[in-house]
Amino acid sequence: MAGGVIDACDACLRRSFLVAHLAPRIAALLERPRRPPRGLLRLGERELILAAAGPRAAEAWAFLEGFSAEAARMWVSGASVSARCLHAEGYPAGLASLDDPPAVLYSLGEGDLGRVDEEPAVAVVGSRRASPYGLDLAYSLGRGLGAAGLPVVSGLALGVDAAAHRGCIDGDGMPLAVLACGPDLAYPRRNRRLHQRVRETGLVLSEMPPATRPFRWAFPARNRLMAGLARMTVVVEAAERSGSLITAEFAQDLGRTVGAVPGRVTSRTAAGANRLLQDGARVVVGAQDVLDELFGVGARLAREPERPSVAPELRRVLDAVEGGADVQSIAAACGLSARDVRIALARLEAEGHVRRGALGGYERAMSR
Amino acid sequence: MLASVATFAIEGVGSREVTVEADVRRGLPTFTLVGLPDRAVRESRERVRAALLNSQLDFPMKRLTVNLAPAHLRKGGPGFDLAIAVALLLASEQIPPGSLDDCAVCGELSLAGRLRPGRGALAFALGAREAGYRRLVVSVENAPEAAIVEGIEIVSVPSLIRIVDLVRGEWEPEPAEPSPPPARDESRFLDLADVRGQEDAKRALEIAAAGGHNVLMVGPPGVGKTMLARRLPGILPPPTFEEALEITRVQSVAGIGGHRLAPARPFRAPHHTISASGLVGGSAPPRPGEVTLAHRGVLFLDELPEFSRAALDALRQPLEEGRVEIMRGQRTIAFPASVTLVAACNRCPCARPPDRCSCREIELSRYSRRLSGPLLDRIDLVCEVASVPTLRLVEERVAAAARESSSSVRERVVLARERQLARLSGRPALCNGDMDARLTRRVVPVSGPIVGRLLDAPGRSPISGRGVDRVLRVARTIADLDGREAVLEADVDEALGYRLSGSEWLAA
Repeated sequence: MAGGVIDACDACLRRSFLVAHLAPRIAALLERPRRPPRGLLRLGERELILAAAGPRAAEAWAFLEGFSAEAARMWVSGASVSARCLHAEGYPAGLASLDDPPAVLYSLGEGDLGRVDEEPAVAVVGSRRASPYGLDLAYSLGRGLGAAGLPVVSGLALGVDAAAHRGCIDGDGMPLAVLACGPDLAYPRRNRRLHQRVRETGLVLSEMPPATRPFRWAFPARNRLMAGLARMTVVVEAAERSGSLITAEFAQDLGRTVGAVPGRVTSRTAAGANRLLQDGARVVVGAQDVLDELFGVGARLAREPERPSVAPELRRVLDAVEGGADVQSIAAACGLSARDVRIALARLEAEGHVRRGALGGYERAMSR
Repeated sequence: MLASVATFAIEGVGSREVTVEADVRRGLPTFTLVGLPDRAVRESRERVRAALLNSQLDFPMKRLTVNLAPAHLRKGGPGFDLAIAVALLLASEQIPPGSLDDCAVCGELSLAGRLRPGRGALAFALGAREAGYRRLVVSVENAPEAAIVEGIEIVSVPSLIRIVDLVRGEWEPEPAEPSPPPARDESRFLDLADVRGQEDAKRALEIAAAGGHNVLMVGPPGVGKTMLARRLPGILPPPTFEEALEITRVQSVAGIGGHRLAPARPFRAPHHTISASGLVGGSAPPRPGEVTLAHRGVLFLDELPEFSRAALDALRQPLEEGRVEIMRGQRTIAFPASVTLVAACNRCPCARPPDRCSCREIELSRYSRRLSGPLLDRIDLVCEVASVPTLRLVEERVAAAARESSSSVRERVVLARERQLARLSGRPALCNGDMDARLTRRVVPVSGPIVGRLLDAPGRSPISGRGVDRVLRVARTIADLDGREAVLEADVDEALGYRLSGSEWLAA
C-alpha cells in the first residue's frame, strides 16, 4: 500500500505525538472521563505536561527531547496514513475555527479531504443502542445526504453512527468517520468491515497518530471534531446525557445548526433528541430538511430513492404494523390469520416496507 | 467349591455382562469381595449375609472370595446382591451346581431377603437375550418392564428363598407379562386448545413438530412460552414401538420410568443453572444427561442465554449427531440424544418493550453473544410469543373459530411425517429437520421463483448460505403440512418470516 502524504510542520507533529504520549495520563487525570476535556487540549506543550503528566513529567520531557519529526513522518506514512497540520493548506476550515483545534489531522482512505470545504458536511450522530426506527432514519439520512453530494460525518460507533455511514456509502456519498483512536484502528471491532468500506469510499479521520488506542476521554474530544467538521449536526435518537448531545453542544458553541429527529415521547433512547427539539433544534425527518436548512428551502432537492408500491392485499397488513409489533398483534389488528400475516410480512420485508428485528418483531421502514 | 453366576451392569443406556465368581473353602471365616467394587457393592456383603440368614439359608462360615469379572471395570450400585448370594449358594452347594447355567440374575436384596426393584431391567433383558441366556431373574416390580423384550423368559422372583424353591422345583413363578401398553390417555397430554390465542406460536410449533425442527421462542417472561413448549410432545407423532423401547430404556437406566413401556415422548426442562455434564451426561460411571433423558422427545431450554457457555457448547454434538459420546478412562460410552430443541429467550436482558428497554450496550452484546454460535445453527424457526394484552385482542377475533386440539394438529403432523419418510427413504435423514445442506438442495428444488424470493429482496439484508438452507427446510415442511409436493413461493415467504435474521444484533 502506498505511504500517506505528510504535510505537517515539526512543531505540530511534536505536539500531536505529545498528546498521544500523555493520553493515558490524561485518562488518569480526569475524574469524570465523560466530561469533555475542555481547555486541556488548548494548553501549550509545557502547560500540558505540567497539567497532565504528574509524576511522569520527567518521562514526558524526555519524550519531547527525543522526539524526531522525521521518524514520526516515516511512522505515520508507513501506516498509509496522511497527516495535515494546522498550518498546512487543506486543513479543514471548520476545524480551524475550534478554539482547541487538533495540531495535526490524520486521515486514512481514498476520499478527498478538500471536499469538506467545498460542500457543507453534515454530522449524523446518535445512540449506539438505537431502535430499528432510529437506525432506519439514520440510514436514510446518510443515504439521502450522500446522494445529494454532502459529506456525512459520524463516529463509526455501533447503532446510529454505523447506519449513517452505511447509508452514505449506499448513496454513493463520501463518509467521514472520526475516531477517538488512531485512524488505522477499527474501533469498535464489530465495525471493522465498515471501517474498511469507509476507507474505500471516504476517509477515516482522527487527531491521534496511528496505533493510538482509544481512551474514554478521547470520545468527547473526538465529538468536537465532528461538530467542527460539519456545517450541521443532526442527532438521531440520543438518550439524556449521551455522547451525541455533547456533539450537539459543541456544534451550538461553534454557532452551527443543530437538528434532531423526533422520537417517541415514551422512548428513553429518544429522550435526548426530543429535549434538543424542545430547546429549539431544527426538526429533521429526512434528508430534504437538512438540505432546506443548509441551502434554503427548495434550493436543492434530495433525490428520493425509488420505492416499489405496495400491493393492495399487502396494504392492509402494512397499515397494521406499528413499532416493534409481533405477528400476533398485527394479525389481530388487521383481522387476518397469523399465517397469512407472516407470509405478507415476508413479502413486505423483501420489498423494503418493513424491517424485521433479529429476534422477530416488525417495524415500518420509512425510507427505502 | 467354585461357582459362577451371570449378571448385568448398566453401561450407558445398555448393559454389560458381569460374571460373579464365588469361591468357598476351608479357612478362617472371611468374606472378600474383589473386582473393583465401589462402596455400595462392598456393602452388599452385609446385605447378602443378612439376607441368606433371614431366608433360613446357610451363610458358610468359611473363607469366601467373590470376584466380579471382568475385573478391570468399576462396578457400582447394589444390583449385584442377588448374583453374589446365588453364587454363594451354588458354591456352598445349597443349590445344585449347573442348575442356573442358562440364567442371568439381577437384583438388590433387602436384609429380609426380599428382592428390591432396581434400575435398568429393560437394558438387562436386552443384554441377556443378546448374550444367549434363556432366562433372566428380576424382581417382581421389574418383571413387566423386562418382559417387553421378547425371546427371553423373565422369571419374576419376590425373594431369595424363592430362587432356591424354583431350582428345587418346589415353586413356579407367575409368568411375567409386559404391562399392557397403556391406552393412549389423551388427558396425559397438555392440550394445545388450553392455550388462548398464540396462533402464531402454535403454527411455529406445528411446523417444528412436522419437520423435526428446533425452535426458538422469543418473548417476555410469563406470556406462555413454557406452556406452549410443554404441549409440543402432544403434537409430535406418537412414538413407534422401537422409539418407545428407546425411551423406556433411557428412563429405566435413569430410574425415572414407570417400569413399563413409555406411553409418551419425554419432555425435559432443565433449569438454566445446570452444568454441562448435567445437560449432556457425565460423571463416573457415566449417567445420562438431560439431553438423553429427552431422547425422542422435547428438550426445553428456557432463558437460553442464561445457560453457561460450557453447557450450550456441549449441546453441539448431540444436536448435530443425535447422540452423546462420553469418554471415561479408556472407554467411550455413547448415549442416544435425538431431541427436538425448544429454546426460549427474551428480546433483551431487561425483557421490556424495545422503546422502554434500559439495557446497556455491553449487556446486549453479551446477551447476543451467548445466543450466537453453533447452537443457533441448529435452530430453524424463531417465533415471537405475544404478551398478554395483545392476547385479549386476539381472543375477540378468534373466539368464533374454536381452538384446535392437539390431536387434530397431530393428525396433520403425522401425515406430513409420512410424506417425508417416503421422500427420504434410503437417505440419512428421517425428517426435514435432519437434512444436511446437500440433501436440502436436492429435496427442495430451488427453482426460479423461489430463488427470487430468497435473493431478490432490496429491503432485506442478504441471507447466508446456511440461512438459505434453513429457510428451504422449513418451506419444505410447510408444503408437507399442506400435503403438497411442490414448494410454493408462499411457503418460502412464510419460512422467511420464521428465520433467525443475521442482522447486526446477532453479528457479533
